[in-house]
Amino acid sequence: MSGQTTAEDLGPVTTLATPIRLDFEFTPGVAQSRFLRGLEKGRFVGQRCPTCGKVYVPSRGSCPTDGVPTTEDVDLANVGTVTTYCVVNVPFAGQSIEIPYICAQVLLDGADISFMGLIQQIPTDEIRMGLRVEAVWVEPEELTPSLASVRYFRPSGEPDADYETYKDYL
Amino acid sequence: MPESEALHASHVLEYPYSRSVGPVIGAFLTGLRDGRLLGVRGAGGSVIVPPTEYDPATGDDTGELVEVGPGGVVESWAWVPNPLPKHPLARPFAWALIRLDGADTAMLHVVDAGGPDQVATGDRVTVHFRPAGDRIGAMADIEAFVPEGGTA
Repeated sequence: MSGQTTAEDLGPVTTLATPIRLDFEFTPGVAQSRFLRGLEKGRFVGQRCPTCGKVYVPSRGSCPTDGVPTTEDVDLANVGTVTTYCVVNVPFAGQSIEIPYICAQVLLDGADISFMGLIQQIPTDEIRMGLRVEAVWVEPEELTPSLASVRYFRPSGEPDADYETYKDYL
Repeated sequence: MPESEALHASHVLEYPYSRSVGPVIGAFLTGLRDGRLLGVRGAGGSVIVPPTEYDPATGDDTGELVEVGPGGVVESWAWVPNPLPKHPLARPFAWALIRLDGADTAMLHVVDAGGPDQVATGDRVTVHFRPAGDRIGAMADIEAFVPEGGTA
């Protein structure tokens, strides 16, 4: 800073930065912590409802249908099926991925609920329901108890899943 | 075993808003950056600080900008014994309504008085600006008001 700057150089004040900041101490709970610790080991861990048998990932610790605790951990596959998707073309503040990119719901084999994942290594005009995908993880030394451990999903090379196999999960 | 324990982590949610301030508050903030305190003359001739675009009593446009201060009078105050991270000072201070010399309204700001026994309604205080190079055109360009005749 020169120390010689005059008001004329700076011009009138026209805007005011008014950031709003909230500091949280976040606790995901025991069930989601198991899911997150699974990610740290490079695998997806869900939980099964003892009443209806459905497998939730990430589990919230109870079955939303039966209202009972889910106590049995279930290791899930590294592959799954795209049930629905969205191609993101709109830039927004804080965007960390180059557009266009694909955001999809992925139903992992063995799970009864899909979750959101980034799809890469496929042209955006070739994404489709039923596409079989596999998770690509970060390097072993970079694994953390966070979804950031999953870099993205990419086509697994298998034939598309039959609609009947995922129609109940849309 | 440790694996059964729930994780926890810090999580910050922040929205980087900026707002346009308009011609009157803009002039006030420009004044702060220049190390001056500005009010505006309202419909009945009263001086409003911080300035507004409209007279709060009548809704009429306000008039000319008027320099006020740098001294003023504490009209009311509340002591903050344990400042939070978002507070303007890290040490205990008073929030105070300060009616600057030449103004007819009071402005909320900080009095850096050392202790609650060293600030009182009716006390004379004077503005203490940050160094010119640190001022950006914001309320925080005023570091604090201090008791007239030296800090406590």
